[in-house]
Amino acid sequence: MTFNRKTLASSIALAATTMMATGAQAEFSDNEVRIGYLADMSGTYRDLAGPGGLEALRMAVEDFGGSVNGASIEVFSADDRNSADVGANTVRGWVDERNVDLVAGLVASSVTIAVTKVLEENNGLGIVSGSAASSITNEHCTPNHIHWVYDTYPLANGTAKAVVDQGGDSWFLLTADYAFGHALEGDVERVVTENGGTIVDKIRHPFPTSDFSSYILQAQGSGAKIIGLANAGADTVNAITAASQFGVVQGGQQLAGLLIFLNDVHAMGLEATQGLLLTTGWYWDMDDEAREWAERYYERTERMPTMVQAGIYSSTMHYLKAIEAVGTDDPMTVKAKMAETPVNDFFSRNGHIREDGRMVHDMYLAQVKSPADSTGEWDVYEILATIPAEDAYRPLSESQCDLVQN
Amino acid sequence: MTMIFGVPLAVFMGQLMLGLINGAFYALLSLGLAVIFGLLKIVNFAHGAMYMLGAFATLLGMRYLGIGYWVALLLVPIVVGGLGMVIERLILRRIAHLDHLYGLLLTFGLALIVEGTLINVFGVSGSSYPTPAALQGGFQLGFMFLPTYRAWVLVAALAVCLGTWYVIERTRLGAYLRAGTENPALMQAFGVNVPLLVTLTYGFGVALAAFAGVLAAPLYPVSPTMGSSLLIVVFAVVVIGGMGSILGAVLTGLGMGLIEGLTKVYYPEAANTVIFLVMILVLMLRPAGLFGKEA
Repeated sequence: MTFNRKTLASSIALAATTMMATGAQAEFSDNEVRIGYLADMSGTYRDLAGPGGLEALRMAVEDFGGSVNGASIEVFSADDRNSADVGANTVRGWVDERNVDLVAGLVASSVTIAVTKVLEENNGLGIVSGSAASSITNEHCTPNHIHWVYDTYPLANGTAKAVVDQGGDSWFLLTADYAFGHALEGDVERVVTENGGTIVDKIRHPFPTSDFSSYILQAQGSGAKIIGLANAGADTVNAITAASQFGVVQGGQQLAGLLIFLNDVHAMGLEATQGLLLTTGWYWDMDDEAREWAERYYERTERMPTMVQAGIYSSTMHYLKAIEAVGTDDPMTVKAKMAETPVNDFFSRNGHIREDGRMVHDMYLAQVKSPADSTGEWDVYEILATIPAEDAYRPLSESQCDLVQN
Repeated sequence: MTMIFGVPLAVFMGQLMLGLINGAFYALLSLGLAVIFGLLKIVNFAHGAMYMLGAFATLLGMRYLGIGYWVALLLVPIVVGGLGMVIERLILRRIAHLDHLYGLLLTFGLALIVEGTLINVFGVSGSSYPTPAALQGGFQLGFMFLPTYRAWVLVAALAVCLGTWYVIERTRLGAYLRAGTENPALMQAFGVNVPLLVTLTYGFGVALAAFAGVLAAPLYPVSPTMGSSLLIVVFAVVVIGGMGSILGAVLTGLGMGLIEGLTKVYYPEAANTVIFLVMILVLMLRPAGLFGKEA
């Protein structure tokens, strides 16, 4: 009976492959740990993560010793060019052809949301370090990723609240028109209105935009006290540049940059940015431990690390320690181990990973120094306050994530 | 307060002004493209990179050689234009007899190489270039605060556009140029050095892009990616105006600046798209462009 023989043969083949698959899971698959780094390597967000983030990842692998329980660690990278399609297809290729164990980096929120869906379909694991949208661990949460450095919720909680408390109670919002901007805009609106302020008007500008003069002019005409910039990277730099040309501050309005990275301030200079309030997940000069790591990083790259680059090192280290402890690279086992281990290192204080995938840790309210107060090229922030981990992030009681029992 | 379609008159006037300034910028860049295409039939995708090089040369000239803005305004177009002539001589000339598509691909590749190299060295965050002392501050126009530097950009860009149009359409040199591209063999027979004319024209087109780059340096952060985003818009402007039409490029540049400016008020989400919508409409109704002669 050919029919039966065929069925039998395919059943045996199926059983054999299944056994091989489960057999492999008890150890490291292919006796190698493969980390794929996906980020914007050439566009708007290059300098906040990009090649510098890849260097931080390599540094973590080197510091760990280059292998885990005898299995070597391979690192490879790709440029997502801030395109969700490119990012998702790259990761699909990594899963299918290179058996990737961890996807790290992940910057533009739109790319991250697409990539984490691919990881969920294929039971992979991702650590998101660069993205901002708080929706990544809210409505877009998956069991297959962790969000490490910061998100729009503490950005709004820190900066917007501080600005409203200082009397900046009427806001004009300039929002980058994609997932991240929308998430930040929503979080800012909530914080401003909850604290007694109002949103006078808002504009959603295309991403990316180089000429902000028109939007700045509209913001000036609105009469709002605060012009809130719900964008990031080069968009924020361009907006602040245009604002200084059109005399926004002299006209009596204040800018509030909701997501400002170290490299942005460095690029614009202290003259243009002094006094700006911002929220950050980490700052290289915040204490001895941070400085010690940052100086080692500086020796390799000749730039001080952004919070994202520091977070990539911290999260990779946490991952490697976890797979060493459990002796497998099976995503769910590793993630469970990572979640039960508190995160306390040069980057994270009082950190732990929640069931929605959010790594909550202390955040900081900072102010850009004036040129007179700065002692060097990278001495740019003064830390004003610590926002404790439990107050900084969206409480689980408000979560819309399916993984959270409410 | 007087309102125009739900927008206060003052805001509306301000937007028109800004649109005009951006339009002058588009005009200057698309003019260089139109000259190069109209006279040499090269679709110069390296134009954005040359614009960016202009801005970079201005920045680096100040940082390392102490060259100020006014000197840069004269010197940078000459230097970058010279580089353009070298590129024409060594590379573009070899494919002059092939289809336009090859020139397009070649210049696109050149642009990627220039951009990629600078990204590797300088990153993408960009650096700021100070506004020259004489052009700091601004005017209170009543409906808006107009920074002096932007007013200067408008005047300088328009003056260069008009000058170029005059040289090409109204002088003997311009007549040689036009004749040389129409029938190179005949011009050569009259004793005119056509290859030299071609090299100079390409150099001039590139110098226009570099001039725009110098004008842009104090306005936008100087970064390796500043050219590529602008280039696509400028190409759309050239297509709308009619490939190779010089007056068309200038007028369309101004017009598109205005349309884009108004879109930023009424529907900002579409600000990056509106020029391409116009392009589609024009291509459907008038495939040769608004001012184009060839079909």
